[in-house]
Amino acid sequence: MLSTWTVPDMTKKSDHTHDHGHAHTLLPSDPTLRAKALETLLVEKGLVDPAAVDALVDTYANRIGPQNGAQVVARSWTDPDYRARLLSDATAAIAELGYSGMQGEHMVAVENSDRVHNVVVCTLCSCYPWPVLGLPPVWYKSPEYRARVVREPRAVIAEFGLDLTDDVEIRVWDSTAEIRYLVVPQRPAGTEALDEAGLADLVTRDSMIGTGLAMNPEAG
Amino acid sequence: MDSVHDLGGVEGFGPVPLEADEPVFHGTWEGRILGLRFLMGFWGRWNIDANRHSLEQLPPADYLTMSYYEKWAAGVVNLSVEKGLITRDEVRTGQPAADAERVTPPVDAAGVLAFLPKGRPSSREIDASPAFKLGDRVRTARHMHSGHTRLPRYLRDRVGEIVLHHGAHVFPDVSFTMEGDAPQHLYAVRFDGREIWGDTAEPGHCVSADLWESYLAPAA
Repeated sequence: MLSTWTVPDMTKKSDHTHDHGHAHTLLPSDPTLRAKALETLLVEKGLVDPAAVDALVDTYANRIGPQNGAQVVARSWTDPDYRARLLSDATAAIAELGYSGMQGEHMVAVENSDRVHNVVVCTLCSCYPWPVLGLPPVWYKSPEYRARVVREPRAVIAEFGLDLTDDVEIRVWDSTAEIRYLVVPQRPAGTEALDEAGLADLVTRDSMIGTGLAMNPEAG
Repeated sequence: MDSVHDLGGVEGFGPVPLEADEPVFHGTWEGRILGLRFLMGFWGRWNIDANRHSLEQLPPADYLTMSYYEKWAAGVVNLSVEKGLITRDEVRTGQPAADAERVTPPVDAAGVLAFLPKGRPSSREIDASPAFKLGDRVRTARHMHSGHTRLPRYLRDRVGEIVLHHGAHVFPDVSFTMEGDAPQHLYAVRFDGREIWGDTAEPGHCVSADLWESYLAPAA
C-alpha cells in the first residue's frame, strides 16, 4: 500500500533539520508551501486549470453561504404554502430560490417546535448542505462534535450557549448518505413587523444546523 | 472499514472547538486545496465514495491530528498516485516527469461553475419495490468489512423505526470500488437514545441515520 501521507515529502526543504515528515511536526507555513507545490505540479501536467480553482474559491468564499439558507428559512416563516413545500420536498422548494446542486442534491428540511429540536451531524466524515450553508465550520468537522453530539446532544448544544429544557426532545440527524438536512428554526417572537429580508438577518448558520436558535430582533 | 473516522459515540474528546468570526478559509491554501481536490475528480478516476475511502485509510493518528484540508490534500495526492494521474517521484520533486505528456484539463472555470448547480445526484430508478414502509421496525446488521461502508459502528445491531423513504440511491459499499452503482432503497431510520447508549443515555433524544436496505432486517 502507498504511503498514505505523501504530501509532506514534496516540499521537504534541504535545511529542514528534522528527520521525520509527520504532518503534526511541520511548521505552520508548510501547508501553504505544500499546496503551492501541488498546484504547480497539477497545472504543469495539464491536469487542472488554475482559473477553475479561482472560480471555486470565489464561489465558496463569496457567493454560497448561510445567507442562502437564511433566505429559505425566512420565506418559510412568511409564506405557509412555501413552508409546506419545503417540508414535503425540500430539494424543489430550495431550488425555487435558486439554490441547488453540489452537496445539496437531495435535501430534507426538518422543523423545530416547542417540543422538538433538530440537530445535524456527519459522524463518518463532514457531510454538510453546501448550497444553503456554504462550507462547514471547523467545529462541525471536528472529532469532538462528530463523536459527542450523537451521544450527549444536550451537553454539546449547551456548549454553544443553548440550554434546552428536558421536555424538548432532541432529534439528531446523522448524514450517513447523500441526503442533506436543513434545520428550520422557530420564528422568534416580536418579529411580526419585519419583512423577509429583516427576518433573514435573524437566521444564523448555527440555527440551521441546530446548535443555536434564530436571533431575537433586539439581539440582532 | 473499522477505523477512527467512524467517530459517533467515541468518548474522551473535550469541548467542541468553537471559533468566533471564523473565516471560510483559514489561509489561501485551504481554498486552493478545495479546488484541486474538486477538479481532479473530473478525471473520473474516482467518485465520492472512493474519495471518502481514501481519507478513511489515513493512519488513525494522522486522521485525528491533521486539519480537514490537510486530509483533503493527502487524499487527492494519494488517489492521484494510485490512479496513475501523477507519480510519487513527481510528488517528491514537485516537477512533471521528463517524459510526462501534458494533457488538457477536463473542465475550465465556466464548466465548473455550470456544474455546481447540478451536482451529482445519487438517486437512481430501480425496479425493486422498497422492502420497508414508514413505521416498520428494523434491526441493523452487525456486518463489517474492510472496504467502505456507511453503517456507523454505533448503529450496528440496533433496532429502530423507518421514518423516511428516500427512494433508491447509489450504494457506497459497492460504488467505492468503481465497479458500479448497485443502487438500493435508502431510508432514514430513527433510534431511541437508550437503544443505542443504554441506561446512561441522555434523556429525551433520538438519532436518525440514512441507511441502505441491505443494512436492515425486519426486527423480530
